[in-house]
Amino acid sequence: MSAATLDTAPRPATSGPRRRRRSRWDRSAIAFVAPTMIFAIVFLLVPMVLAFAYSFAEIAPLSGKVTWVGFANYVTMLTDPTFYRALLNTVLFIVLVVPLSLVIGLALAVLLNSVMPARKLFRTIIYLPLVISGVATGLIGTFLYNETIGVINKALLALHLPTVPWQSEGGPAFASVVLVTLWIRVGFTMIIYLAGLQAVPVELQEAASVEGANAWQRFRYITLPLLGPSTFFLLIMSVIYAFQVFDTVFVLTGGGPGSATEVLGTYAYKTAFGPARDQGYGAAIGVVIFFFTLVFTVLQWRTNRTRDEVA
Amino acid sequence: MTLVAPKTEVSSKRIDEAPALRTAGRHSRAGLVVRIVVSVVVCLVMIFPFYVLVLTAFTDTTVFSQQLQLIPRALTLVNYTKVLDAWPVLSWFGNSVIITVITTVLTVAFSTLAGYAFAKLKFPGAGVLFLALLATMMIPSQATLVPLFRIVNGMDLVGTFWAVILPGAAGTFGVFLARQFMLAIPTEVIEAAKIDGAGSVSIFLRIVLPLSKPLLAVLTLLSVMGQWNDFLWPLIVLRDPVLFTLPIGLQFLKGQYTTDYGALMAMTLLSVAPLVILFLVFQRYFVQGLATTGIR
Repeated sequence: MSAATLDTAPRPATSGPRRRRRSRWDRSAIAFVAPTMIFAIVFLLVPMVLAFAYSFAEIAPLSGKVTWVGFANYVTMLTDPTFYRALLNTVLFIVLVVPLSLVIGLALAVLLNSVMPARKLFRTIIYLPLVISGVATGLIGTFLYNETIGVINKALLALHLPTVPWQSEGGPAFASVVLVTLWIRVGFTMIIYLAGLQAVPVELQEAASVEGANAWQRFRYITLPLLGPSTFFLLIMSVIYAFQVFDTVFVLTGGGPGSATEVLGTYAYKTAFGPARDQGYGAAIGVVIFFFTLVFTVLQWRTNRTRDEVA
Repeated sequence: MTLVAPKTEVSSKRIDEAPALRTAGRHSRAGLVVRIVVSVVVCLVMIFPFYVLVLTAFTDTTVFSQQLQLIPRALTLVNYTKVLDAWPVLSWFGNSVIITVITTVLTVAFSTLAGYAFAKLKFPGAGVLFLALLATMMIPSQATLVPLFRIVNGMDLVGTFWAVILPGAAGTFGVFLARQFMLAIPTEVIEAAKIDGAGSVSIFLRIVLPLSKPLLAVLTLLSVMGQWNDFLWPLIVLRDPVLFTLPIGLQFLKGQYTTDYGALMAMTLLSVAPLVILFLVFQRYFVQGLATTGIR
């Protein structure tokens, strides 16, 4: 189960001449795939289709009555400053989190791929935040960043440094969200890069070493290019993750102060299920999130595919 | 949420035990010291929030000084007694366990069944169906909140555990993982059982599943992690405080104990501890699962 790609999908028609039961098929297969299919249709596919439909509707908050309003929700979106703010924040979040988590993860992977004592312990510690819920992470964050009793500001005070308004000012609040996200994410990027490093042939490194290449040159001209697929995969996955971020932001800052840390995920939730309960508009924001995810997923799939064909 | 991991030979060599560069011998002693120091510093930064979490959970925060206090003066369980007396936190813990267990059982069952069919059974449209399933993996949960709520509401499930469990069992990452794994099971074994007269179900139960123990471990752990931590959807459909799961309960307590971080950290630790223990025991499977599926 090493090559995890779409191209290995079963193609019954081309399964080869030696298959004697080419025309007969296994009827029990229907029963095997039915539960998954039914659940995927009811809870994933139909909701996605309906999300498009509802984005053209106004849904009454209490009765849930649907009134078709055409493009009204999208028109609202175009003139909604909070939506723009959320979109801008989301893009800024991506621009900060994605490169930083990749670079740090790569550095850690290279560091912890080398021989040293307690390597496994180091790795375990870096992985650990991965399994913690976004809510727990956000709550720990609210304590660390609390402006009066938080550990970080107290430490800054103890060092006679100016304290940081993590919660009352937009810039520091945004930084706090980014820092917490990096804490969660670097373990994941490190895992993928460590896996990628296993595919870098040791012989190549040794040959370069014999030729006189120093450690940086070996990294820059051998390791880094060979990690290309891992990097691309992480790039896409991290963009999608960052675009859909919700839990940590919602608990840590709630989108505030003001809408300084509002992202599309929190805004979609608040619009549809907050006091406004404007579910049609909420669905429209959801559709925007879907399309962005779609673009990046297709990019990933296409690249995987072309690479397979070349290989 | 999930995509296809890059083509690296992840599973043939386990990441944690893979051989490191043999060139390591050439590294100077000073280099080794630098690398260890950097690793230690990074790990201290990474573990610091956990340390603060545990420390605060067992500290009486009513006597919290304005000074930075990183070594505890006295440990206490007062935070636990205080919150457990006031709120049904143990029920939330139980709710989380029930929802996580049922969702995981369903996910593992559905995934292995479908994964087996896609890996080993011949049926018309298999390729198209599998692609369609893969495609559903990219549907972002925020995009479907409104319609999903209306569907679940239409089934009259809002405010019940099933509102969380059923959509939770609809993830398709497991099918992909199961198929990938089961492709490696030799078809001859299955053909031989068929000749002996075994039916599809008994082949699945008696031959395929016993050969798939590592897969079952990975599927179970990923599902448990996902469901235990799930927040957004339960937040929408579980309204009665008695039915809260731990993440929803934590968010609720955040509103009740706005500055009582002793209480908040005590409950956070309670919610985090089971997964941390699971991770430490089964790290190998977690890492393999994360590396293969790209979840998170």
